[in-house]
Amino acid sequence: MTSPDGVAIEVRSLWKIFGPRAERVLGGPDAELDPGELRAKTGCVAAVRDVSFTVRPGEVFVVMGLSGSGKSTLVRCLTRLVEPTAGEIAISGEDVRAASPAQLRDLRRNRVSMVFQHFGLLPHRKVVDNVAYGLEVQGVPRRQRHERARAILSLVGLDGFAEARPDQLSGGMQQRVGLARALAADPEVLLFDEPFSALDPLIRRDMQAEVVRLHREVGKTMLFITHDLSEALKLGERIAIMRAGSIVQLGTPEELVGAPADDYVADFVRDVPRSEVLSLRWICRSPADDEHLDGPALPAGTIIRDAVPAAMESARPIRVVEGDELLGVVDRLDILTAMSGRAGTGS
Amino acid sequence: MTSQAPPAAPVQAVPPAAPRAAVRPPRWVVPVAGIVAAVAVYLAFRGAATLPHDDDAAPFRFVNDVRAWVDANRNQSPVFLFFVNYVRLFIGGLYDTFLLALQAPGWAGLIGIAAALGWLAGGWRIGLLSALGFASFGVLGLWEASVATLALVLTAVLLSLVIGLPLGIWAGHSPRLRRLLSPVLDVMQIMPTFAYLAPMVLFFQIGPASGAVATLIYSIPPAIRIAALAMEQVSPTAVEASVSLGATRRQTLFKVELPMARATLGLAVNQTIMMALSMVVIAALIAAPGLGSDIIRGLTRANVGLMLPAGIAIVIMAIVLDRMTMSAAARPPYPVTGGRARIGPRLRWAVAAVLVAAGLALGRVLPAEFPEEWVLRFAAPVNEAVNWAKFSWYGVTDAIRNLTTEVLLNPLQAVLTGAPWWLVTAVAIAVAWRTGGLRTAVVAAGCLSAVALIGLWQHTMETLTTVLVAVALTLLIGLLLGVAAARSPRFAAVQRPLLDAAQTMPAFVYLLPALALFGATRFTAIFASVIYAVPPVIRLVEDGIRNVSPAAVEAALSCGSTERQLLWKVRLPLARPAIRLAANQGIVMTLAMVVVGGLVGAGGLGYDVVSGFSQRTDFGMGFAAGVATVLLGILLDRITQGADRRPSPRTSDRTTTRKKRIA
Ligand SMILES: Nc1ncnc2c1ncn2[C@@H]1O[C@H](COP(=O)(O)OP(=O)(O)OP(=O)(O)O)[C@@H](O)[C@H]1O
Ligand SMILES: [Mg+2]
Repeated sequence: MTSPDGVAIEVRSLWKIFGPRAERVLGGPDAELDPGELRAKTGCVAAVRDVSFTVRPGEVFVVMGLSGSGKSTLVRCLTRLVEPTAGEIAISGEDVRAASPAQLRDLRRNRVSMVFQHFGLLPHRKVVDNVAYGLEVQGVPRRQRHERARAILSLVGLDGFAEARPDQLSGGMQQRVGLARALAADPEVLLFDEPFSALDPLIRRDMQAEVVRLHREVGKTMLFITHDLSEALKLGERIAIMRAGSIVQLGTPEELVGAPADDYVADFVRDVPRSEVLSLRWICRSPADDEHLDGPALPAGTIIRDAVPAAMESARPIRVVEGDELLGVVDRLDILTAMSGRAGTGS
Repeated sequence: MTSQAPPAAPVQAVPPAAPRAAVRPPRWVVPVAGIVAAVAVYLAFRGAATLPHDDDAAPFRFVNDVRAWVDANRNQSPVFLFFVNYVRLFIGGLYDTFLLALQAPGWAGLIGIAAALGWLAGGWRIGLLSALGFASFGVLGLWEASVATLALVLTAVLLSLVIGLPLGIWAGHSPRLRRLLSPVLDVMQIMPTFAYLAPMVLFFQIGPASGAVATLIYSIPPAIRIAALAMEQVSPTAVEASVSLGATRRQTLFKVELPMARATLGLAVNQTIMMALSMVVIAALIAAPGLGSDIIRGLTRANVGLMLPAGIAIVIMAIVLDRMTMSAAARPPYPVTGGRARIGPRLRWAVAAVLVAAGLALGRVLPAEFPEEWVLRFAAPVNEAVNWAKFSWYGVTDAIRNLTTEVLLNPLQAVLTGAPWWLVTAVAIAVAWRTGGLRTAVVAAGCLSAVALIGLWQHTMETLTTVLVAVALTLLIGLLLGVAAARSPRFAAVQRPLLDAAQTMPAFVYLLPALALFGATRFTAIFASVIYAVPPVIRLVEDGIRNVSPAAVEAALSCGSTERQLLWKVRLPLARPAIRLAANQGIVMTLAMVVVGGLVGAGGLGYDVVSGFSQRTDFGMGFAAGVATVLLGILLDRITQGADRRPSPRTSDRTTTRKKRIA
């Protein structure tokens, strides 16, 4: 989980162009065209264009974007399930693009696992054999891999279902099997491609909680794809927003909501209740001359909604502090404005 | 209003309907003008530039010379010495091995083994069916011949599967290979069975080896096609998941793809066996052993009593093998939990072993040959019955026969053979152009000129006449019954098992009733091909009409359409692709049957092929006639646009690239 430079995944200038003679497009001026023109002119689709980011060990990194923005392609490029057209990928410092087939298999077997939107379970195998599949292809003996699979099954809350067939389980349980399969080989990195999109809202919430719990318990690095903003906000420590193959903004949920980079991102986050995402930092202002600076003090990272009790207790403006330093003040009116969703303030 | 709802086909839906009508002439003008012109030219040039048949045409002599050369050099030319002869020896050896293996346990032992296999495949029902089925071969007095046929089928099927399944699995992974194979398989599938018998003789001489190769050629396309389809139907996510866990290609293939494709692969095996069964009979023409020889002899002598037992034996063999393979494929790969307690695997094998042992033990007690006194002989009574039927229904059958012959066959044949060859070709090109554009027109021109060049114009026209009449009848009946079945679930329920049964039967079986009723005439072939081709046509039409989008039907109903309007204005137009496919299938099947009908007096190309085998001097003509049937098949198939619409493995962009990811 630790690499020399403390980076779990590093992606630099990654491109994936589907279609004939993709390399030629990349070298030439056509690469700058927008998707529609590129398709009309060359018949190629640039699914990922010039994407760079890094993921820290133990982080939950979310990629989101509309359908067709290239999220699935991006995540498949990381272990070369889709062969990238250009760019660099390093996982724990190891160059993935230069890996030989054997090294690549080793990477997929031991260090990076993936969970799929449509589960991809094997209907002809029992649940336990599905979970043990990864160990089986590595040649782990049967008894050992079953033991491990059963342990993982109880970790994801599927005790007692080891002998069932996948089609006897509900959608949510099937995805738990998918999750268990990914965890079985104890990889450093988990990739999720819209794992819960096919599930009912209630089950989806359960599963999100499950992922949060697992992340706390096993502390894996996770790269999570979704097109559901609330899911992204709930899980992501940092979120990258993609459009037409490029990352248009990368930041913490607060940064995205507080300072959207362009209209596309602003549109995305429009319906987010700002008071539940932004912290006081985003709405504090310099105190007016006549204001009293003896109100309650709250750290700058406090979520706005959580400042409400303090504001109710004292009529004085709240002092927003970072360590010992005073960043500014927030009064009841500021908080109400933020909660009513009007006025996009930014610092 | 009602009528316009959804059916108003796209053509009419183009918005500015009025101006278009004003500017362009109506759609029927061009075809009608074409027909008028063709008729005028025909009247003016009738009798000129016909190409009458000549038994001694130069192309035939050329083929005869080639055969003479091959016969002279069979043991000198390296191609034969080091390749063809080895293939023949190998396949012949394989056949002998199977034959020995089937004969070794004796007849009682083999029945026991069949019962055991049936039991393993599908429980006691299939076990009983197999035992009774095999026993019936003996009762029919055809034990030896049936075993020989079985050995030949096993040889051909084994080779088909050994070659076809890997090829199909490979094609399922490689779009490029699929593109390469697809046209080849198309041609193989529209090729009438008679066509490749002559080349077989040329290379492998007559006998079981060439019979097995001919059968192999006939039965391999479904093995390849369905195996490729099976690979494509495997869930791409499951494959991707396997690859993402670091499985090698081989691991993914054996642990994910093959198990998930099991049922469809079973269907491939089943279809291969069915095709092989119908071909082994025809292979009797080139001296393949088994039941076929009785049937061919019966057909050529118009002796129904002689061929009936063999026909029944083949049908029984088809049913037994079909049920056995289908239920083996349908067995769930794991014991179903819950429900009735299942028989454990140990007990299953024990029962099978007991069945085999019982058969072998009985074989010791009973005589080695199937006892003569248990054999049921009914050739004589059958022939009497046939004669009686012929005689007492003569009025009806003769009227039907004469009506079709006088009203349809003769005039059409007079036109086709009496018109100048260039006029027929021109009309075919025009039709092809209309249905399929330039490429189809080029194919049509090529096929017909080739037919003229190889010296078989007149016989091809005769065969074409028969095919056209048979197709017209097939489509008429097929449409009527298909529509009826689509409209009345009760009628469909009655009809469906009949169609199922009809489709498991080997092709030439249909000649039997035709021969019994009509004797050896051209009409016999028409009758047989109609009953052969009608079931799939009915089925395609019925499914096509049934699958019309319920939303469209609902919309039309909500506009107040009557049932009749619904049928004519919504269902039939929307089912047009299915109906066109039905027409295509009907034509290809009809052609195959009409050619086989050469055996029972249909004349034309089929007769040339048959006489090519019986008389050495006619070999060249028979060979050329085989080629001409293929050309005719391609022509008709292209004109009905079969290849593009055949329900072939459809591939989306995603699945094709998905396959590449497995790198
Ligand atoms: N195998 C392929 N061949 C050609 N084009 C592809 C292929 N896979 C994806 N694309 C194209 O690349 C683009 C990005 O697709 P991708 O599946 O990565 O999007 P996505 O963001 O995952 O969308 P969704 O939310 O629908 O899953 C799309 O325009 C798609 O059509
Ligand atoms: Mg996706």
